[in-house]
Amino acid sequence: MTLQVSLLSVVLAMVLGMIGAVSKLSRYRMAKRLATLYTTVVRGIPDLILMMLLFFGGQVFVNFLCTQINEHLNEWVLQGNAQHEWTAYVPEYVDISPFIAGVLTIGFIFGAYMTETFRGAILAVDRGQLEAAAAYGMTPWQVFRRVLFPQMVRHALPGFGNNWLVLLKTTALVSVIGLDDMVRKAGLAAGTTQLPFTFYMAVALIFLVFTAFSTTLLKWAERHYSIQTR
Amino acid sequence: MFDFSIILQEWPTYLQGLGNTVWLVAVSLILGLSIAIPLGICRNSTNPLLRLPAWAYIYFFRGTPMLVQLFIIYYGAGQWDGLRNSWAWEWFQEAWFCALLSFTLNTAAYTAEIVRGAIRTIPKGEIEAAQAFGMTPWQTMTCILLPSALRRALPAYSNEVIFMLHGSAVAGIITIVDLTGAARIINARYYSPFEAFLTAGLLYMLLSLCIVWVFRRLEQRWHVHLRPRSV
Repeated sequence: MTLQVSLLSVVLAMVLGMIGAVSKLSRYRMAKRLATLYTTVVRGIPDLILMMLLFFGGQVFVNFLCTQINEHLNEWVLQGNAQHEWTAYVPEYVDISPFIAGVLTIGFIFGAYMTETFRGAILAVDRGQLEAAAAYGMTPWQVFRRVLFPQMVRHALPGFGNNWLVLLKTTALVSVIGLDDMVRKAGLAAGTTQLPFTFYMAVALIFLVFTAFSTTLLKWAERHYSIQTR
Repeated sequence: MFDFSIILQEWPTYLQGLGNTVWLVAVSLILGLSIAIPLGICRNSTNPLLRLPAWAYIYFFRGTPMLVQLFIIYYGAGQWDGLRNSWAWEWFQEAWFCALLSFTLNTAAYTAEIVRGAIRTIPKGEIEAAQAFGMTPWQTMTCILLPSALRRALPAYSNEVIFMLHGSAVAGIITIVDLTGAARIINARYYSPFEAFLTAGLLYMLLSLCIVWVFRRLEQRWHVHLRPRSV
């Protein structure tokens, strides 16, 4: 469960980070401002607070939105047809599962960190190469795919690795909003067996294994992508 | 939809939370730093008896989530009969002590790694010069190495301080009324998650900004010799 959450949220974070980085470097002032606001706010607030805000607050917000949509739709239909009976067009009450809330929040939070990492990586790629690619008549997507991305990865990997390790540890927090992850399972087991130390220690060791494994993998990836550089 | 009058009413709770967060973070940072400096030096030592335990300590505390460390100390301590019967048990029953202990140990590990990096990147010439002056290893350490290394560690340390501030939010889970705890209380009392958590978030952001400002002043003061010379 921990792995599922972290893998899904890292994918989300990468997508958000890429969008954020591109908009931070874009010509449009609006996009730039939005991205700056996003990274500043997210990095200024603890992840736990954000998680609770999005989990508890998101629930209230979605339900509020649903009721509003229902009200408006009904009113609108009522204007055309006076005999219309009140119906719920969208469900009155939507339950956000802790799993989705966890993935969304962690992805959202680390999207901000990834934005900074990717921004630095994009800046590290030589400008002339992009111009040359454009001069060859490549479309922006081709430039990204063939020129920018392969070189960017090299610069982004160390920062990405750090972010991933922090993210992995942040997933422990989702137990607080009620997701059945390792930490929560350990808590339940500790409650029934009266052996809290043993179980939490086991969780700590599993996390250590994850991080050790990730470090090895990241080292390999770094070597793989740096082969061409002298 | 928003009703911030609740926050105005419950302002004292937030103030209490703010106070608790600040003192928890401040005390654990000071204690952590005082552990971290010797630990960082040990980590750089050529003697494996000093180096390996320091490595293991740093590896464990950096590789596991702070929440799990906190739970190990807060819930796990009760499993040891020896500890339960000793005088220390009175301390371990207190949530604030457990939080303080786990925060201190955690920040010590991260800070030690920063100190280690700063010591390693010291210019070799400085050490050789100290030796040429006939300084003992202890003198070299306290007069040359540490002042220079700690100065250069300042930017990295400011990051660690902010991470510590953000990490301290987990204290709210074990019944401590820090900023997160305050927000949880307000949310439970009024079921108004937006107001409760947004206020806490804003206060945290304010604290982060203060930290950034303080460190900028410190850097101005202590990095005078690194500033580009104005002609």
